[in-house]
Amino acid sequence: MKIVALNGLLGYGYSEEALEVAFSEKVDYLGVDAGSTDPGPYYLGSGKSFTDRGAVKRDLALALPKALEHKAPFIIGTASGAGSSEHVAWLKEILLEIASEQNLGFTLGTVLSDVSVEYVLDKFDGGKLLNMSDEMPADEQAIKESTRIVSQIGIAPIIKLLEEKADVILCGRACDTAIYAAPCIYEGYSEGLAFHMAKIMECGAMCSEPVAAADVMQGYMYDDYFELRPANPIRRCTVDRVAAHTLYEQSNPYLIFEPDGVCDLTDSKFEQVDERTVRVKGSVFKEAKEKTLKLEGVKCSGFRTICPATIYDPETIKNIDLIIKTVTEFVKENTKNTLPQNSYTINFKLSGGAESSLGIIMDIVGKTQEIADTVCALSRSRMLHCDYAGRKSTAGNLAFPFSPSDIHVGPIYEFSVFHLAKVDSLLETAKISTEVIGR
Amino acid sequence: MKKLIEYTKILRSKNAGPLFITFDLIFNTKEDMEFVAERLTKEHISKAYDVSTQKIDIIPYSVVNSIKITFPRKNISGSLQDNDIYGCQQHIPLANIVL
Repeated sequence: MKIVALNGLLGYGYSEEALEVAFSEKVDYLGVDAGSTDPGPYYLGSGKSFTDRGAVKRDLALALPKALEHKAPFIIGTASGAGSSEHVAWLKEILLEIASEQNLGFTLGTVLSDVSVEYVLDKFDGGKLLNMSDEMPADEQAIKESTRIVSQIGIAPIIKLLEEKADVILCGRACDTAIYAAPCIYEGYSEGLAFHMAKIMECGAMCSEPVAAADVMQGYMYDDYFELRPANPIRRCTVDRVAAHTLYEQSNPYLIFEPDGVCDLTDSKFEQVDERTVRVKGSVFKEAKEKTLKLEGVKCSGFRTICPATIYDPETIKNIDLIIKTVTEFVKENTKNTLPQNSYTINFKLSGGAESSLGIIMDIVGKTQEIADTVCALSRSRMLHCDYAGRKSTAGNLAFPFSPSDIHVGPIYEFSVFHLAKVDSLLETAKISTEVIGR
Repeated sequence: MKKLIEYTKILRSKNAGPLFITFDLIFNTKEDMEFVAERLTKEHISKAYDVSTQKIDIIPYSVVNSIKITFPRKNISGSLQDNDIYGCQQHIPLANIVL
């Protein structure tokens, strides 16, 4: 069976020639990961896409007709970066636009995996919410304050849509591995091999050299092994690259944790088949007694205004601690009757500071945008003119790179839920539907 | 006595999800890897990153002459105190450990 990964992240681009190569032989499934928590909590919070619309459309518009022509189900994981229902809607609109422009018809399967605050509170109250790190224990207040929570689905909802003969499967928040493991397991191949191959393929051509998240990877699944070969003729897979890939972004290179269980790579064997192809065997899957789904939730932590500036004067740099203290106290005193207590935080994010220059970002987060703006304006002006002993450059302490100097970032978010929920069924959070598009 | 980075081919840090930071040390030779694996302790990491030894995992991965180190982030990715959302610039204290 041949499965193709379009690239490491939808919207990162890929070589058109590589896509042609991949589809010059029969393709059974096409997949692409469209999400990541790497860019932080903002995208889940705001409902905006982490990926660019134009770039996403380009990547889809070339691949979708090829997948349909080959009758290869096209599985898209974690729509628009964060995978909430809003993110799914954003990506679906692009798919519909392409279908209309190219006169394409297909059955679209969709998996939404949002969960409600009540769902998470139920898990919390029932002792079914497990901490992933001691630094972030489950917290009732934080759950209640959450504005958007998604569950990260595994293979089960995707397999369900494959059974329903969906041509395109658009997922909300999904495990990266589920995109590629689901079709292999649906076709009856070994779960251990399926998850291992999926873990490598979800990054596109990252496991090849020259390395590229932005290119097409080909996976070939057999009964006792799988093989990987990049589609682009300029790249090759090597044993070192493929074996090293399970180090990347993983907490443990031997174990891949999935909602269904653990994929164990302790006995995996890697073999160079030809100059560009690597064969892997020996990976085994151990089903978990208790199934879990990861929940990711965010809450609004306020509204941000920032002001970047640079200090070049070494005398000023020497006095930075005093200046920061003076500014902080001044803002507190100046706003004591006008702003509610604890309605803002100021962080001075400093970088550099050796002889040459000190970079500063005044980072203000307020309960409202107005509060953040006010505090930023006061901090900036006070810092610009802050005096210290022996000061000679009395015209100003800060070089501003921009006019306006203050930048309104808007609402910002932080992770409020990042826990494992024990579930009775791995389908319990998934809302699955199909519809016929076009023609 | 050399800095850890001088023993390695690749030395990198990255989020393993927003709650954890993970470090990959990849070596040119098995000998280099074993030399470091025998000497690098949780106490070194604890001191370099101010994190308790119980929270640190050091996992040699001999398949590609490498060592992986993982521990929880003190400041979760994207929290107000966090300065490195992707976690890919946290490797310098590790690089500077002298063995």
